[in-house]
Amino acid sequence: MNIVACIKRVPTTDAQAKVNADGKSLDTSGFQYMTSFYDEIAVEEAIKTKEAHGGEVTVLTVGPTEGTKEVRECIAKGADGGVILTDPDWGQRDNLSTAKVLAARLSEMGAELAFFGKVATDRDNNAVGAMTATKLGWACVTDVIELSLADGRGTAKRESESGVESVEFSLPAIITCDKGLNEPRYAGLKGIMAAKKKPLEEAQFENVPNQIEVESLELPAPRKEGRIVGEGPEAVAALIDALRNEAKVL
Amino acid sequence: MSTILVFAEHGAGTVRRASLECIAAAKATGSDVVAIVTGQGATDAAESLGNHGASRVVCLTGADQYSPDATGVDIAAVACDLGVRGFLAAATSTGKDLAPRVAMHLDSVLFSDCTGLEAAGDSFKISRPWLAGKAIANCTSTGPVFCATTRLNSFATNEVGGTAEVSERPASTDGKVIVTGITAKEGGKLDVAEAPIVVSGGRGLKEPEGFKIIEDLAEALGNTAVGASRAVVDAGWRPHSEQVGQTGKVVSPGLYIAVGISGAIQHIAGMKTSGVIVAINKDPDAPIFKLADYGIVGDAFEVVPALTAAVKELMATA
Repeated sequence: MNIVACIKRVPTTDAQAKVNADGKSLDTSGFQYMTSFYDEIAVEEAIKTKEAHGGEVTVLTVGPTEGTKEVRECIAKGADGGVILTDPDWGQRDNLSTAKVLAARLSEMGAELAFFGKVATDRDNNAVGAMTATKLGWACVTDVIELSLADGRGTAKRESESGVESVEFSLPAIITCDKGLNEPRYAGLKGIMAAKKKPLEEAQFENVPNQIEVESLELPAPRKEGRIVGEGPEAVAALIDALRNEAKVL
Repeated sequence: MSTILVFAEHGAGTVRRASLECIAAAKATGSDVVAIVTGQGATDAAESLGNHGASRVVCLTGADQYSPDATGVDIAAVACDLGVRGFLAAATSTGKDLAPRVAMHLDSVLFSDCTGLEAAGDSFKISRPWLAGKAIANCTSTGPVFCATTRLNSFATNEVGGTAEVSERPASTDGKVIVTGITAKEGGKLDVAEAPIVVSGGRGLKEPEGFKIIEDLAEALGNTAVGASRAVVDAGWRPHSEQVGQTGKVVSPGLYIAVGISGAIQHIAGMKTSGVIVAINKDPDAPIFKLADYGIVGDAFEVVPALTAAVKELMATA
């Protein structure tokens, strides 16, 4: 099976937000980057699928050339190659145009199954996987916590507010991965060495216009200062009083 | 007047609160609101939708099982037929799954998890979190239809007392993805993102059994979900569905009680827009106290049972 794992390079989750002087973009100085948390789960599921059903795994990303580092790291876990679509407008790229760019490439690659993280932990869109599948006319199951494939079809479980949904789908498909689907492996030394010899293509793509216009970016207003109402169980009465009479939430 | 189409979720005819919030958010922009519903009981749902602000309700009928891709096609077709200026859904699991499909059919960017929505000329403006709320982006779109999902507990519901004109439309039945069943949560437990009150526990509870005091407090408060920090989810004490934070759920309940949670930046990102924050922690220097409206320094195993007892007493006299 021709399997693709789509990843995104994002700031590490301990990054502190600062706004640039233009008032509408993030000051990224001092940021460190990583593969988005859920995309690691996507890479793992792609490799597991290859191990179970045969085929090849390609790691695909849209982003700055520096993202070759994250692609290489994912290849080291057991993928067969990578493609980075280098994006001069990366900071402005919106979910619609990202999905169109990825759909075009997936189609060109002859992919049959693509794994995405359920959400990238920078813009928190929760959208690109399902958008890409829609553009391709493929099935898409989002937030998957359990997956099984056989004979060109699949079943999956996904978590919703009301419980766990059982889903059936046809291939080709895009699966967006949630925590719990698997436990991502670490790359061993052998994998890291092997990854250096595996193909990593840096490619251009035909630009697709963005629709999003950021008017301003702000830091959330600081919360009003709170107070310690007391120590130990004796403070419970003061807390109840504050919640009832001051905050009026009880 | 511009028209906004809102996907309304319901369970057996009872509309989800998150969808009523979404309709109220749409209505507050001064737009005409058309709701679209699907599944068993769709026509029962139509009545309360009118009361909450929809002038028309389109019921997709005839599909025995829910298919997100088929529903996406149907909604996009209705959006085109009506010439709507906007499409909204609540940012529930179903809404987040469906909205990107609709947005792509409409060739429009999607704004997910919006916390603010207002009219701007003949279009709209939204506010939404980036980096799990470490920054707030105020955005517009040049796309043909303004597509967005609204964050749960971020907009008030509104009863306007209207009646909606109801029409039916056959649902597409050629979906590539079919939801064949659902295993409901035990005892109708509330989801952490949806609940008006959340009580969360962390490492300070020492062991999985330590969560008993959290569950007891949640039960005493009523209408309350149990949340958890990443550390205890990674340790396997609690399911990921309860995790609050940057790699879990971002929640905004009216009251958030953090017990034995130090307040790592990734956790804070997931709960800092809560209405009132209470922290109970042994360590007076825990970062969570900087964020909390009210704090108690003390041993969770002494403070929480006392709080539970006090809440029970209060509920009994209320």
